[in-house]
Amino acid sequence: MVSDQIKETEQLEDIREIVEKIGSTRADLIPVLQEITNKFGYISQLAIKELSDLMSLPTKEILSVATFYRMLSTQPRGEHIIQFCESAPCHVVGGREVFSALQDALGLEPGQTSADNKWTLLTTSCLGVCGIGPVILVDTDMYGNVTSDQVKNILSRYD
Amino acid sequence: MTVRSMILISNDPESRIRGSEKLFSEFQQQLAHYDLADEVSLTLATDLGSSYASPLVIVYPEAVIYGPITVADVPYIVKEHLYKGRIVDEKRAPVHELSGKVAWLSAREGTLPAENRVVLKNVGVIDAEDIEDYIANEGYQALGMALEMSPDELIDLIKASGLLGRGGAGFPAGLKWSFVKNTDSDKKYVICNADESEPGTFKDRVVLEGDPHAILEAMLISAYAVGADEGYIYIRGEYQLAIERMETAIQQAEQYGFLGENIFGSELSFKVHVHAGAGAYICGEETALIESIEGKRGEPRNRPPYPTTFGLWGKPTLINNVETFANIPPIIRNGSDWYRSLGTASSPGTKVYTILGNVNVTELIEVPMGITLREVITIYAKGMKSGSFKMAQTGGSSGSIIPASLQDTPMDFDSYNKTGVSLGS
Repeated sequence: MVSDQIKETEQLEDIREIVEKIGSTRADLIPVLQEITNKFGYISQLAIKELSDLMSLPTKEILSVATFYRMLSTQPRGEHIIQFCESAPCHVVGGREVFSALQDALGLEPGQTSADNKWTLLTTSCLGVCGIGPVILVDTDMYGNVTSDQVKNILSRYD
Repeated sequence: MTVRSMILISNDPESRIRGSEKLFSEFQQQLAHYDLADEVSLTLATDLGSSYASPLVIVYPEAVIYGPITVADVPYIVKEHLYKGRIVDEKRAPVHELSGKVAWLSAREGTLPAENRVVLKNVGVIDAEDIEDYIANEGYQALGMALEMSPDELIDLIKASGLLGRGGAGFPAGLKWSFVKNTDSDKKYVICNADESEPGTFKDRVVLEGDPHAILEAMLISAYAVGADEGYIYIRGEYQLAIERMETAIQQAEQYGFLGENIFGSELSFKVHVHAGAGAYICGEETALIESIEGKRGEPRNRPPYPTTFGLWGKPTLINNVETFANIPPIIRNGSDWYRSLGTASSPGTKVYTILGNVNVTELIEVPMGITLREVITIYAKGMKSGSFKMAQTGGSSGSIIPASLQDTPMDFDSYNKTGVSLGS
């Protein structure tokens, strides 16, 4: 419990630093939430409460923004985030087969996080690199022209 | 020692995945090995829009395009082409497929007319992270010319050019500018809509990554015309490289005095921010985009009032798409008559298209408004990969399905609207 409290204190300090760096006006809210997601993987209840004080905004207002944007998360996510492009240009060049191979390899449905907290599987809209579809994004590493039999190899790079 | 050759390596996201940065360091090593480092300049540029042959390596002054090139090819190319002066024919990008691009490169040397690059003039040719490359290619010249005109003269010039907004709606750009200029306010904004989210569309990304200063220059010109002093570039969060390049461009423009107070000693002062999107397709809609910059959920507003009178924080706001802005500096440099010599009477200028699907060549092209879908497919996409043409979708999911019966309809705003379909963005 003591270590949990230390973690909370550290998290609060980080949040204050982020707000100090970016700003505390309403226009700064989304950049602040992006930074918190990048740093902690998600926006916790604790973070929302702290932001509410620092930015003088109701918690429901912050939550409503945090749940609107796909790149923000209010749920804990795994160590690695896999995003699969589900737009038409990837779909028509074999994306569906690649996505089912990906789901099989991970044992996850879109939106789920693995029990060991290693993977979160998400679908994404077009990433704008349609010339090399199907496309998978693991964290910030992009893989193009992916085939079903390459899926395991790609995942093994993160062991 | 003078530089006698220039090597450009394509460094768009697709080329990066295929190892363009490793190519760069291998070229560096090989050039050093042959003691050519002072004579041959090496630049990571963006692509020529031909993803099927990426990464591309282009060698000037011969304008030879090699592609796709791997690290293993580099020692041979340096030894043969740069050291001995013999072009490596077997590594050239397939010419029959790349004919549009090869012709374009020749056109730069004044031989063949071909694909007419206005918006993409600098893309793949300059180092997007070096402002001096942009300046050396007529960069910020249009800004100087614009500042010598009155805002009304400037708006009249844009009106005379007939430029229609390239974000999908095709609204006359000059008219939009005049709406913002004619609204009285102590504060006005200019926004560049770079939230390109239509599936299958990445023409704006290529401009942002390949020629970011062109967007800054156009925003500055529009700010002067409408009387704004602050701007935002709203780039979708997925376009990380475009965000980085634009931030670099802003820093450099500030250092060179193109952004800041009293630019070129004029009354124009302008600062600009990059706003990274957080993942929402709807934010491409301009009022949702404004809400998002204000720190809210990206939900569209009811219109009217339009952003030209009630935009960001309630102030008059000019919003143009990336491709619309990219047309501004060339129009100012070359005049409205020149611009009207391209495209059709009702839709002057060029249009950038991404070609994807069951065709032989998928690529990015810039062609005059008014060419037909049949021409796009047979000339640029080199025909259908299999079967016959059944339908195409223009401009992403919110565009239109174009049936085979319309493949000879000129692709311009007017002709498409008359048949009840949309050209899209």
